[in-house]
Amino acid sequence: MKNIFSEELKKLFSDFTDMGTAVSGQIAQATQSYIDHDKAAAQSLVTHDQSINGNEVDLEKQALTLMTLQQPVADDFRAVVSILKASADLERIGDHATSIASETIRVKGSHRNQSVEVKIASLSQQIRDMLTTALTAFNANDATQAEKIAKQDQSVDDQFDEIRNTVTVAMQQDPEVAAAGASYLLVTKLLERIGDRIVNLAEELVYNQTGEIIELNQSRIRPDGD
Amino acid sequence: MQSYNLNETHIVTPDEEIALSTHQLQVFYGSNHSMTDASLSFPRFQITALIGASGSGKSTYLRSLNRMNDRIATVKGEIMYRHTDINSRKVNVFEVRKHIGMVFQKPNPFAKSIYDNITFALKAAGLTNKKVLDDRVESSLKEAALWDEVKDDLHKSALSLSGGQQQRLCIARAIAMQPDILLLDEPASALDPISTAKLEMTLKNLTEKYTIIIVTHNMQQASRISTYTAFFHLGHVIEYDKTETIFQTPQIQATRDYVTGHFG
Repeated sequence: MKNIFSEELKKLFSDFTDMGTAVSGQIAQATQSYIDHDKAAAQSLVTHDQSINGNEVDLEKQALTLMTLQQPVADDFRAVVSILKASADLERIGDHATSIASETIRVKGSHRNQSVEVKIASLSQQIRDMLTTALTAFNANDATQAEKIAKQDQSVDDQFDEIRNTVTVAMQQDPEVAAAGASYLLVTKLLERIGDRIVNLAEELVYNQTGEIIELNQSRIRPDGD
Repeated sequence: MQSYNLNETHIVTPDEEIALSTHQLQVFYGSNHSMTDASLSFPRFQITALIGASGSGKSTYLRSLNRMNDRIATVKGEIMYRHTDINSRKVNVFEVRKHIGMVFQKPNPFAKSIYDNITFALKAAGLTNKKVLDDRVESSLKEAALWDEVKDDLHKSALSLSGGQQQRLCIARAIAMQPDILLLDEPASALDPISTAKLEMTLKNLTEKYTIIIVTHNMQQASRISTYTAFFHLGHVIEYDKTETIFQTPQIQATRDYVTGHFG
């Protein structure tokens, strides 16, 4: 029944890509609203998160039905399982983006640090590039991109460390920055966590193509990682 | 075998256009009550699978739908097709079978050419125009996904075809009469996995024009191709619902045990 299955698998992948694109948009809007202090945009994003969660539930249902009714094996089985796992990661990425939007609504204090905000914007863009790489690779079933994504994540981790140091120093120098500083640390940490989830996508990509279960998250391999 | 409460049932009525339905259909072989109160509605242009162990009554039920049991059993209850009870003795059984065709477990082509297999019933029905017959042969074979394999050998004996080809020829023969509904009694049980996959794909494509009801022993086949599934046990319809529900969250213990293989 290769043909019926193939058609349904194609739809699963296409819905997965749509969800990934929506989540990428969420990251962009969340970071933008945070940098712009745009509480209204942030609020609309928080409301919109429900639809991403709905997408995830739909994908999960589709994948489970495909497994029960078509009983895929070998490559077909791995494809469905990898989408099942990857959609859970996308949903969690969406949750992190929503947390950034919530932080925009919550944060108080007018003492901001523009150079940190520029760095956060740049980090957000880099993470979205990683996500695009992962989604494209998923569609092309190209596991060679997995290593590249893991490397990009190392750079994300480095930037996270750098921003943390900058913020700590800024707070030491001017206690008035503390309120914004705590918020910067939280948002940067959320972006860093999104990076880790994208590395999970890369791992699922490898599983899909080769059947190997690997750990690409350096922070989980390094003993000093968090 | 574990005994189940046969009165505990879960039967839905599909919320879509219904092609055929039965109401309290009962079948008796002599005094043996082999089918009890089967009430099912079959959605149009979909595949419905009838599953159950041997002796569950699924084939008996299927054969009743186009009056194949007339000579061997007593069938009571209603079979509603286009607002008519086709189980009524007043209804012309040959007319019924023009609208409701049947394909059997073992491929049973006539010992004639491929061409003659398809035109046999058409000619019997009075069709003589060669152009019309040729067209019908081509369109039926195309719908049954056999045309490309036999188009240069239409006058070869049908018996020279492989099992899978013969079964698709039998489908082509059935649809040449342009029926509404196709009944299939384990059509793939004598075929290898590749022929089975081809046959299943053919059936799926046929739902563009036909309503299909298929009896199968192969649960994977039921789950792969059907939209609705009915589970039969000891002459009772126990559960009838969307296929994804039957295979993911069946409501009745007997169905759960059967589809998981913990039966008996």
